[in-house]
Amino acid sequence: MYSPKELSNKTCVVGIGETTYSRKSGMTDLTLQLTAAMRAIEDAGIKPGDIDGILPQAAGATSEDFATNLGIKDLRYSAQINMGGASPCAAIQNGVLAVASGVCNYVLLLSGRNGYSGARTAQSIGAGLGSGPMRTMGEFEYIYGLVAPMLWYGPMARRHMHLYGTTSLQFAEVSIAMRRHASMQSNAQMKDPITIEDHQSSPILADPFRLLDCCLQTDGAAACVITTPERAKDLKKKPVYISAFGEAHPDSPSSITQRPDMTTFGIAKLAPRVFEMAGMTPKDVDVAELYDCFTFTVINQLEDIGFCGKGEGGPFVEGGRIQIGGDLPVNTHGGLLSQGHIMGMNHVIEGIKQVRGSSDVQVKDAEVALVSGYGDFGDGALAIFSGR
Amino acid sequence: MTTTSEYKKPIPRPTGESQPFWDFCKKHELRFQRCSKCNTFRHYPRPLCGECGSFDFDWVQVAPKGTVHSWVTAHRAFHPGFAEELPLAIVIVDVDEAPGIRIMANYNDGTKADEVAVGAPVKIVFDDVTEEFTLPKIARA
Repeated sequence: MYSPKELSNKTCVVGIGETTYSRKSGMTDLTLQLTAAMRAIEDAGIKPGDIDGILPQAAGATSEDFATNLGIKDLRYSAQINMGGASPCAAIQNGVLAVASGVCNYVLLLSGRNGYSGARTAQSIGAGLGSGPMRTMGEFEYIYGLVAPMLWYGPMARRHMHLYGTTSLQFAEVSIAMRRHASMQSNAQMKDPITIEDHQSSPILADPFRLLDCCLQTDGAAACVITTPERAKDLKKKPVYISAFGEAHPDSPSSITQRPDMTTFGIAKLAPRVFEMAGMTPKDVDVAELYDCFTFTVINQLEDIGFCGKGEGGPFVEGGRIQIGGDLPVNTHGGLLSQGHIMGMNHVIEGIKQVRGSSDVQVKDAEVALVSGYGDFGDGALAIFSGR
Repeated sequence: MTTTSEYKKPIPRPTGESQPFWDFCKKHELRFQRCSKCNTFRHYPRPLCGECGSFDFDWVQVAPKGTVHSWVTAHRAFHPGFAEELPLAIVIVDVDEAPGIRIMANYNDGTKADEVAVGAPVKIVFDDVTEEFTLPKIARA
């Protein structure tokens, strides 16, 4: 049996693929996801039928769809994680376990959807409130108008502002950093640079959140292939090692309202485990791709991961510290706020690109990239990629 | 009082566990589950005490008083039923006599969103929104 630490660097990513991030893909959800999958498979230098594990983290396509389309004769493992936007990053754990245990040779992890031209999040949430992880919220909170994610997380942000003096101007620092990075990326939805004034004059949608605190809705998909370092030796690309991984859930996981401290996410529990698994500390991280459904979410994760102390996330993001060239560049792809929203699979891809040295917004000599996922009511996931 | 078909906002969809909570609200009683073994309050309603693992509980009545823990103000109608009440404060309230328990509510005394503050005391009141359902709401204490 493996201990978690023994699983560090036992697996690696050998292929990545993305579609264009846009408002109108012109493809079905399935074709969109298959396009990303085929690009990842080609990047890895394997055949579609070599895939024997599938982790599809989005609606609109099942493992069976992928097995049929990719010509997989012997699909040995499939799993869909029910953690909202944390699912793609959390599914890395499934991929590692499937490959390291020998159950699978090549696991395909992917996410994607027509999130703009197809079904919008607010619609799918309205439909989902009767069952599943949102049922309780549907019964006790939806009835007071708490419908959209910006309303779910608004009270968390407000509480953080109350406890620690965090400000909307600090939220703006996150927003302009993501946009600056997207403006330098070849594949991003929103490329026009913005200023603090632009942020402060954008309309308030769910106080304390303004328009420019909120993520995009996107048509797009991305995928990666996980295998062992031994198999990677025969493949095209230099492997990117999975040095640590994991999923986490906050106290009171189905209700933010009932959570003792609504400013502490699940990853606060996970971060020490992940750094121990990798044999690293936050100081070893060269670049961080942090799930940014809202600006506040980035600030709170910086604290819960341990890049700064609790309550210090607001001052931490000031002065360009999280921009390229700063102490800790965050979301070099532009994030959900400016590149596109495919449930954070683009964060996973960007972390891999940084270690490969192939990002359009490359952090010089980056060796270690940390990626986070965040979903539902505070669920989280982390992964650390390294070149070893 | 409106009939359920005239009420334009979402209504609760109770389960076997939560139905008593709504039945007590209809009688204008604020009651929460409290573990019979370890006396820990819990909400939202559920079968098992996460502290001690007991299925046994009582529905304990508490004073309808609380304190604002946090809130968010909707400036857009994310559901059409709330369109005429914007900006709408959606408030999370610590219930004074049930440690660790919070409720979500809207003000129903005309309190404006910009008058809400963390730590403000509130009264918990009951609004008979339909023939079938009564919702806890809040008013300035």
